Amino acid sequence: MTGFAAFVGRAAAEGRLVVQPRMGMASPGQMRAGLLAVLGARATAAGTLTVDSYTRVGDHRAALTALRDGARLNGYPIVSHHPDTTRAVLDGLAGLPVQVRHGSADPRAIFGALAAAGLDATEGGPVSYCLPYSRKPLRDSVGHWTEACEGFSGHLETFGGCMMGQLCPPSLLVALSVLEAVFFRHCGVRSVSLSYAQQTSPGQDAEAIRALRALAGRFLSDVDWHVVVYAYMGVYPRTPSGARLLNDNAARLAVRAGAERLIVKTVAEAHRIPTVAENVDALESAAAAAEAAGFEESTEDTGVLAEATALVEAVLDLPGDPGAALLAAFRRGLLDVPYCLHPDNAGHARCHIDDTGRLRWSSVGAMPIPRSVVDRDSPSGSASLLAALHRVAHLHDA
Amino acid sequence: MNNLVLLSGTASDSHTWNLVYLQLLLEETGYRVVNLGACVPPALLADECEAEQPALVVLSTVNGHGYQDGPRALVELRSRPGLAAVPVVIGGKLGIGGPEPDRADALRAAGFAEVFDDDTAITRFREFIASHALCRTAGTAS
Repeated sequence: MTGFAAFVGRAAAEGRLVVQPRMGMASPGQMRAGLLAVLGARATAAGTLTVDSYTRVGDHRAALTALRDGARLNGYPIVSHHPDTTRAVLDGLAGLPVQVRHGSADPRAIFGALAAAGLDATEGGPVSYCLPYSRKPLRDSVGHWTEACEGFSGHLETFGGCMMGQLCPPSLLVALSVLEAVFFRHCGVRSVSLSYAQQTSPGQDAEAIRALRALAGRFLSDVDWHVVVYAYMGVYPRTPSGARLLNDNAARLAVRAGAERLIVKTVAEAHRIPTVAENVDALESAAAAAEAAGFEESTEDTGVLAEATALVEAVLDLPGDPGAALLAAFRRGLLDVPYCLHPDNAGHARCHIDDTGRLRWSSVGAMPIPRSVVDRDSPSGSASLLAALHRVAHLHDA
Repeated sequence: MNNLVLLSGTASDSHTWNLVYLQLLLEETGYRVVNLGACVPPALLADECEAEQPALVVLSTVNGHGYQDGPRALVELRSRPGLAAVPVVIGGKLGIGGPEPDRADALRAAGFAEVFDDDTAITRFREFIASHALCRTAGTAS
């Protein structure tokens, strides 16, 4: 087990939720100050080193130029800084596990740079960092991720449970998270975490996280794994009280459903990139909410596990390794992400939020999901899409 | 006269919910839409315009780089012989610090038919595409 995973494992054994921000600054000094602030938070916290968008797309020349000219970057250019510089950023931060976050469909250089600096944890996935954010063909992303994973000995988290940020039915999020983790394991990664992003219904989310745990237990029994919940990633409440409530509810969800780690959101989310102090506030607020919450043994079964299982099995039944199976699955539409515009996504699936706040299918395309769960009479059109995108924000701002 | 709109994100912007929403809005107004999605480099945008010959090009971006990325896309379009006259509009969150009227005017001066970058953006955009559709219908009839 890696340092990052061991930290999460120890916290879980002691009944504490690990909370983690998003954070990345170009300057080594500012990056270190941010990590120190996270270490000092009244919370069981993990640190984050988020790379800038030039490094994300592999334009390391632009990142170097920006560093030389003192231009502002929206993250830490880990490939462009010397490994000794990054080691100095992390020096003396024993007790704070740090994960590198990047969003790249070609993470090879980033994986190399983080290992050279002594870091052992990162995240992403061949599907989840390609389809929503990149124009790169899925085939290329699978190739790059295969190569990156084969030389990687650390902890790797899937981003598949966060696809599109919002309005993706939980069963598909669970399936994608499991499938990316299976892909990682096939490439030799021995320690993984599986993500799930808070959606529109606490009950449905708890059911989904339990389904994720059940499938991880079945398909990843020979590797170390844990579950990480993401506070809502869609349109965020604009008021400080609404934003705090949604973040705290994510912490309660994580504890209630037995997840080990939480990525928080701050009160600045709807407005701008948060300050370090706002991130520390979000960590401490989430930690307090988690402390007051308790694990709940059972939950309603509305079919999330059955749907997710059908999706995972249909993909893994395809010929070839998990990477080839993922490619074939998207080509055939066995996996089809609603509202995803990438050319390699079939684009026939649609979903909506029903009267009880749950995400429901409006159309499943060619996915192996029973037509009986599809609500074809659901509202469609621009006005209802806009309302669905803003629903969670409005409810929490009210 | 066709009723095709080419809808696109900008080169540096990976957001797509804005594009999904605008496609529905345009289709409800009677347009056909080719949606190019996120992170569209100027050359790809121009290639697609040459292939599709749209009646209108709509650029939408929310990552705060629109005031820079917009003109680059427009320069590439106007450099192609067949695309000298196609109307191009841009909208969204174009700067990192909110609407900047001077920079919006600069986009109009650079050749954007309209700029939708403030609190009234969606209302004005709906009016724009409705009137554009009317003009087009009138043009077809005559």
